[in-house]
Amino acid sequence: MGLDTALHEIRRLDDLAALDTPLHRLDARAKVLVTLFFLVSMLSLGRYEVSRLLPFAAFPLILAVQGGVPLSLLLRRAALALPFVVFVGIFNPLIDRTVHLTLGPLSITGGMLSFLSIVLRSLLAVSTGLVLVAVTGFDQICRALGRLGMPTALLVQLQFLYRYLFVLADEALRMLHARTQRCAPDRHPCLREYRSLLGNLLLRTLDRAGRIHQAMLCRGFDGQMPELRPTTRFGPAEWRFCALWGLFLVAVRILNLPQQLGDLPLYLGGKAGGLFP
Amino acid sequence: MHMADALLSPAVGGTMWAVSASLLAYSSSRLKSSLDDRRVPLMGVLAAFVFAAQMINFSIPGTGSSGHLGGGLILAVLLGPHAALLAIASVLSVQALFFADGGLLALGCNIFNMGVISCFVAYPLIFKPLAGDSPNKTKLMTASVIAATLGLQIGAFSVVLETVASGISELPFSSFVLLMQPIHLAIGLVEGVVTAMLLVFLHKTRPELFGAVAPGTESRPLRPVVIGLALAALVTAGTLSWFASANPDGLEWAMGKVSGKEELAAPETGIHGALDALQKRTAFLPDYNFKQAEPAKPEAAATGAKPEQKAEAWPNVSAGTSFSGLLGGLMTLCLAGILAFVLRRRTPSKA
Repeated sequence: MGLDTALHEIRRLDDLAALDTPLHRLDARAKVLVTLFFLVSMLSLGRYEVSRLLPFAAFPLILAVQGGVPLSLLLRRAALALPFVVFVGIFNPLIDRTVHLTLGPLSITGGMLSFLSIVLRSLLAVSTGLVLVAVTGFDQICRALGRLGMPTALLVQLQFLYRYLFVLADEALRMLHARTQRCAPDRHPCLREYRSLLGNLLLRTLDRAGRIHQAMLCRGFDGQMPELRPTTRFGPAEWRFCALWGLFLVAVRILNLPQQLGDLPLYLGGKAGGLFP
Repeated sequence: MHMADALLSPAVGGTMWAVSASLLAYSSSRLKSSLDDRRVPLMGVLAAFVFAAQMINFSIPGTGSSGHLGGGLILAVLLGPHAALLAIASVLSVQALFFADGGLLALGCNIFNMGVISCFVAYPLIFKPLAGDSPNKTKLMTASVIAATLGLQIGAFSVVLETVASGISELPFSSFVLLMQPIHLAIGLVEGVVTAMLLVFLHKTRPELFGAVAPGTESRPLRPVVIGLALAALVTAGTLSWFASANPDGLEWAMGKVSGKEELAAPETGIHGALDALQKRTAFLPDYNFKQAEPAKPEAAATGAKPEQKAEAWPNVSAGTSFSGLLGGLMTLCLAGILAFVLRRRTPSKA
């Protein structure tokens, strides 16, 4: 991914996080906790589970719709994360050839099932993470983690990184543009160019750190970043959110809903055909 | 080499989270006690630098491919191990949240593989002894190439270990190692060369940076950390393995008692009976056998319970069950689609 696309992607999610929906207004801790619970309960399913993963999709989908996150964005991003997962998972169908299910001429092996399961897991985990950022915002997530016990030093570090990421990335982009304009072809710099490019960026970074430090001292930095938004509290709405999703996730994790749903027509069909009394 | 959520089991992910989190907490407390607030902006801005630098590629001569800086080692050299661990963790968090590199559960693994190993293994045990107290150009070169290469080898190896221990991928240990290590040998060499280049450049332009790396925080016993780490790992592994045990227990057992009855008593569904439903219920976490093929005899003997149930594990699920699962899955998808559609109609769109 190029630097400019990366910046664009971050800004895109930031814009979404700036929307004002009931979901955005919820205390970030509730969203973070439910997301973690989602990940643990979803990823703890057995490796051959495919259909049982599907109900879990309700969580990112409903949150995305409630929070105004375009589904196309989710799908595109989730697809971008697939290559490594596919690279590792693609061996499953080759290694595990136990037949689990035959559909006419087609026999479905355990490896196929587990590969499909890995892909689904990846799509679900990635889209849920993205939805969390898009309906909460990075800064709020960090603060929520801080209020949940993350050390202050790490909190300040995350906030600093996020603040200066754009500044430094812009700086790097300017240097890259300047290079392209001077020496034309838009391909990767060679090692020597790269050294002076990155080295100079590093020098500017170090200088900038010194200037920032002075500015911080002038403004009375006390070891913590000031709050920009009013602090939210964990009220009834948060409890309701946690309880509802918690119940849903427990239900989906424990019961095999798709199985039961699928049994229903078979059962009714059997009944109609007089197979069962 | 970002580890991904999809390949990870919660037990492994949770254990690695506990390890990384306790090291992060330890590093934070060390930084707090050193009280040098000059380092606060430096850490933030250098992390941003690494983030940007990771996306600037250069062409590797003679190969046609391109490489970039990873940044773990250079942060450790410039900031000292404790501050560098926080900086790397912050970069990885941004990547996990915005670009889905890795994932939230896998973040613990990734902080360990790329952060802890660079900061607490590659830097103090390999780089520092090789570079010495007053490094010159050659020393810096050799130290960073060797430290980066070895660090990445260890990191790649722990990716393999984590994947195999999770048991989601079928890839056997040996072939996965043979796949990962050579690739990361190349990546490590590139990383080492780039780190060396930057360090030599800095050494030339800002020699004062290399006089006192990580002032005053070097000599404190590591024993409390090691003990804390061991405890954290034990507790996590213990708690999670309680969930992962092969027999129904705890929460699962209670749920089965409460809700399982009705379904078990519905034999007309016909296609598969009680045993199967029970069996499904028993697998709260995937069994952590590396290969499913070997029947879990030692495990059954150890637990001493219900070997016949164990023996009937996944491989011979009846086709009927799978078929209704398939059908149900499709129906669920349709339901979810309808639900999303309805919700979308109800929520006024914001343009």
